[in-house]
Amino acid sequence: MNGISRRGLLKSGVAAGVLGVTGLPLRAQSRGGKFTAGLSGANTTDSWDGRTHSDVFMIAAALGGVFDALTEVAADGSLQGELAESWEASADAKVWTFNLRQGVTFHNGKAFGADDVIESLQLHVAEGSKSAAQPLVAAIKEMKKLGEHQVEFTLEAGNADFPYLMSDYHLLIYPAGQVEEAIAQGIGTGLYQVVSFDPGVRFVGTRVADHYKGESAGFFDEVELIAINDNTARMNALMTGQVDAINRIDFKVEALLKANPNVNLQEVTGNQHYTFPMLTGSAPFDDVNVRRALKYGINRQEMVDKILLGHGKVGNDSPIGPANQYYNAEMEQLAYDPDKAKFYLKEAGLDSLSIDLSASNAAFEGAVDAAQLYQAAAAPCGIDINVVQEPADGYWSNVWLKKPFCASYWTGRATEDWMFSSAYEAGVPWNDSQWDNARFQELLYSARAELDSDKRREQYYEMQQILRDDGGVIIPMFANFVQAVASRIATPDTIGNTAQMDNNRMLERWSVA
Amino acid sequence: MGNVLTIILQRLALGLLTLLIVSIVIFVAVNLLPGDFAQNILGQGATEEAVASIRRDLGLDQPMLSRYFGWLAGVLQGDFGSSFAQMNFASFSGTTSGATTVAEQIAPRFANTMFLAMVTAIIAVPVAITLGVLAALYRNTVFDRVANITTLSSISSPEFFLAYILILFLAVLNPILPSLSNIYEGMAFSERLEKSLLPALTLTLVVTAHMMRMTRAAIINLLASPYIEMARLKGLSPMRVIVKHALPNALAPIINVIALNLAYLITGVVVVEVVFVYPGIGQLFVDSVKIRDIPVVQACCLIFAAAYILLNLTADIMSILSNPRLRHPK
Repeated sequence: MNGISRRGLLKSGVAAGVLGVTGLPLRAQSRGGKFTAGLSGANTTDSWDGRTHSDVFMIAAALGGVFDALTEVAADGSLQGELAESWEASADAKVWTFNLRQGVTFHNGKAFGADDVIESLQLHVAEGSKSAAQPLVAAIKEMKKLGEHQVEFTLEAGNADFPYLMSDYHLLIYPAGQVEEAIAQGIGTGLYQVVSFDPGVRFVGTRVADHYKGESAGFFDEVELIAINDNTARMNALMTGQVDAINRIDFKVEALLKANPNVNLQEVTGNQHYTFPMLTGSAPFDDVNVRRALKYGINRQEMVDKILLGHGKVGNDSPIGPANQYYNAEMEQLAYDPDKAKFYLKEAGLDSLSIDLSASNAAFEGAVDAAQLYQAAAAPCGIDINVVQEPADGYWSNVWLKKPFCASYWTGRATEDWMFSSAYEAGVPWNDSQWDNARFQELLYSARAELDSDKRREQYYEMQQILRDDGGVIIPMFANFVQAVASRIATPDTIGNTAQMDNNRMLERWSVA
Repeated sequence: MGNVLTIILQRLALGLLTLLIVSIVIFVAVNLLPGDFAQNILGQGATEEAVASIRRDLGLDQPMLSRYFGWLAGVLQGDFGSSFAQMNFASFSGTTSGATTVAEQIAPRFANTMFLAMVTAIIAVPVAITLGVLAALYRNTVFDRVANITTLSSISSPEFFLAYILILFLAVLNPILPSLSNIYEGMAFSERLEKSLLPALTLTLVVTAHMMRMTRAAIINLLASPYIEMARLKGLSPMRVIVKHALPNALAPIINVIALNLAYLITGVVVVEVVFVYPGIGQLFVDSVKIRDIPVVQACCLIFAAAYILLNLTADIMSILSNPRLRHPK
């Protein structure tokens, strides 16, 4: 398997899909016009430093506008080259060679090359840097420049997902030798050049005249992102036509938006999921039968209906979602079953169970309500859940990872391995259930270095089953990304589902209708 | 005039003492809140090592007393320091340059808040005084009642509710004004004014009642005085009696209330700024409290307190100057 064939295959596959489905000529996306979006998740401390990015405003502006990464996850979930044109791996997936795109220039005129890649990646492992992508880059043992446009990465251990990891929004490519300047002013290779940037308030960019992506992306002449953290203000701005798109729709006002003929709702099911982790290192959660009783004592469908108001799908206690490549959709769904819950409780040698469940809306919107629904559903199963409402302040420091049973959330990861090694590998700091399963661990390591897609699928399917049957995290629901777009804006038929706003790439993929 | 100067100096000295106490109270209060900056900024990523390392970098591991006095020493030299977020960012990127100071961070926001306060004051003060004078003139008539009921109900409603009502009528149903007040540097004055109009109108509704009713009450209070009776007996028109004879003597309490409301315009705009996405000091303040960024919170609070102290002082001075008996004490 190598990058070229994978990409080639995908490209032809996508093209065939479009023609086959519509039978119509492709809707031509025209260049021109201005696009304004109102987004939440902006802070006065925002900057062009990719290491600090965590929310949609900066990711959409940086990765989605001003900067590029080596690779890019397309809207359909496949991997494409961005600044890298192709890549190939050694047989053990340990040595990766990336061929970089030629003739690319930064906004300040500097030509793009191998040095830029190496220096930009090294930022994440620099002394004193606390980059969230540090583990991704630390896994690279050596970066070697083979030519002006070729880089070789030698990894500590084989990783078949390495090209996927290079699409991470933290791993922006800056011009070598001018990194500080580039971070201060926002100098990248992206489709849009910074006109003005006021942290936590506003970003304005103009289309780069001569860009390597040519006419296939970046259709607006001018783009503007406005920071609107207040839900109602964001919706008002869209309803009154002051912005063309907004993220994070409040489900309660969905009907109002639907009634407006100038607004279209966009909804995708991705990997974002809400969880109830239990610390399996301590009683009673160290007993798998107790965990199973709890898995059958929760009414998942009710939570999707009442907490997400239908904007989501039931979870199966595996963090792998529809936006992942090896999502096991055939796995039998866990469902609310008081009899089974009682059975497993008896297996554990218990007549009844009394536990505390800590929750706060800091974990996810509606977490306390969800905990109360759980309490009501579990009562007939002989499980007495006492809901402890925790303060939102300091929730992640004082409750999560500390209280034996609590509420939490994950936005999900683009690859299975990344998700598992973030929160399910034994001993990692975010393993919020202290879970340690020998078979799971064995599969994790072998799947990581496996280049054969079919074998990997088999292994990942089995891992998802282990999680469902044995895991210490209850995942009752996957929450959809819901956003709204004005009808004057045309969006592609397939919208990215790994993150909000078309995988944060609306500036690149959308156009004036 | 000499005693006016003495009063100013005395009050300024007392004001400084007040500021010191305010800074202590705020510092202690923010420290009492659960969670600190390191935990809040890290969120779900708050591992023990990460929290400890940020605390070490920012000096948050020092005892509270030494942190407070460190901050105070800086402030006495005119240095409000850098916000935690900026310092953390600087250590994050492994550089020391580029950390903007609290003063630099607050200045543009404060200018925006002052602009909004000014626009509001220019609308609200004349409207309130005119309404008050008219209400006094036509007291107990339908006009008086309507004016009272309207202003009282607007002051009794929460600000965000007024804001949404105005948005509904002036932005959604009749698109006259923009619901988004995202002003920025380099915007033309007329556009800036247009964008600030809705929040200014909201604030006008909030502050008018107080000023109007004080004007009305102060004037009516004077109408029973013998010199007003004299003026009436001279055959002056009721309007002239009120504007020329009653109003100048009623100025002291009115000025006091106006000053109090102006101070509110600077310190109380938090909710309105959030609803209209107005980039003023209130939003910055809310964001900073959320992440426990003490240097910014302290600086904002000092500005708020100073605004109250100075405007109250101005009000007192103005009422002395407007009253000859106080101006020339025996």
